Amino acid sequence: MGVSVAVRVIPCLDVDAGRVVKGVNFQQLRDAGDPVELAEVYDGQRADELTFLDVTASSSDRETTYDVVRRTAEEVFIPLTVGGGVRSVDDVDRLLRAGADKVGINTGAIARPEVMAEIADRFGAQVLVLSADVRRADGHFEVTTHGGRRSAGLDAIEWCARAERLGAGEILLNSMDADGTKDGFDLELIRAVRAATSLPLIASGGAGTVEHFVEAVEAGADAVLAASVFHYRELTVGQVKAGLAEAGYPVR
Amino acid sequence: MRRRVTVLDYGSGNVRSVVRMLERVGAEVSLTSQPDAVLRADGLYVPGVGNFHACVQGLRAVDGLRLVRERVAAGAPVLGVCVGMQVLFQGSVEPSSGPQEQGIGHWSGTVHRLQAPVVPHMGWSQVAPPEGSDLFAGLEQERFYFVHSYAADETPTRAGRAPAVTWAEHGGRFVAAVEDGPVSATQFHPEKSGDAGAQLLSSWLDRL
Repeated sequence: MGVSVAVRVIPCLDVDAGRVVKGVNFQQLRDAGDPVELAEVYDGQRADELTFLDVTASSSDRETTYDVVRRTAEEVFIPLTVGGGVRSVDDVDRLLRAGADKVGINTGAIARPEVMAEIADRFGAQVLVLSADVRRADGHFEVTTHGGRRSAGLDAIEWCARAERLGAGEILLNSMDADGTKDGFDLELIRAVRAATSLPLIASGGAGTVEHFVEAVEAGADAVLAASVFHYRELTVGQVKAGLAEAGYPVR
Repeated sequence: MRRRVTVLDYGSGNVRSVVRMLERVGAEVSLTSQPDAVLRADGLYVPGVGNFHACVQGLRAVDGLRLVRERVAAGAPVLGVCVGMQVLFQGSVEPSSGPQEQGIGHWSGTVHRLQAPVVPHMGWSQVAPPEGSDLFAGLEQERFYFVHSYAADETPTRAGRAPAVTWAEHGGRFVAAVEDGPVSATQFHPEKSGDAGAQLLSSWLDRL
């Protein structure tokens, strides 16, 4: 028996008003913009979880997101995390009822950190993923909002430790410096957060090659998340897992 | 003939996935706490996520503790999952913002916090089923999806006898599943464990 939990490989889909945005290039799909179809493709590739990031700007389109979550949960039987626009216990309740297993919180937690405790009290820590968008600034790591454009005035390492105390069950650590570069994850950031918390840690931002994923796990990530390398079929989930297995890490 | 399964509805977690997965493997599923449906179903699925004590209170609020006990006493099949498994033990050390609650006590033992560098235990782990396991037939090499910070860590017993126990490890070893005649339980989530989870639930249905 392999005694260690497998390193999770997690594709992330940006969903806007019910459609996948940020470009997808899956020719076998009837419709590359449908999140449910794409979720099924990744499930077929043995993705260990899926993450939907709801980037819907208008709250009137929010219903569409619930519908996407609902339809995905009908077809895909692996864990589904949904983040974006979560500010209250009621928001979490609605997403869980629609079929999400975990909920990512970012700006909502910065605006009112106690909401993390409220969510954990009601649903348990295991549903709550702190999503932190982090950039380097003046010799430290700071939390940002608005897609990395604005400083939240929080030290990222302290923020992650505080989220753990407040009841977060997992941390999704997104490097805004590395995001989109395909030059590799910010390993120093992963090491620093790993040292500051005992929560499971998902590394995000910068993946370009299989070796990058291996480095992130060596630095202390329990799971690795990526979007474009999967969407553009530069890598499959299976290739990333094969690379991790070759490096000696357990995979499913 | 399609097996009728009731998923005990007491306001716990993402039961929609449970219902869908049971339907996928061919069950006729009701999500309810209505006593007749709970007592007369071919199988009862007891879900549970979040805090142990809150789950016990939720169960009590729909008379679920009595209904589960009644089914167990009648030898009617029950499957407890995650905290739905933990409540079949005597109790849990998990802190509670409300009153401390006892479990149903079908098996001896207390649920303890996992002692590992990273908690919660979140993700896909292998399990070690005992020889002749019905639930894990053909699934010995598969991984299942776990998400929990607490688990039973001693061999459970009932009336001095040990049922068939499947172990897993996170920090130390813990009880991943129990098969005890009509009463079965898994700490992991079969409804979120992809094809392996579907096959396990299918095996459970076959024996109802």
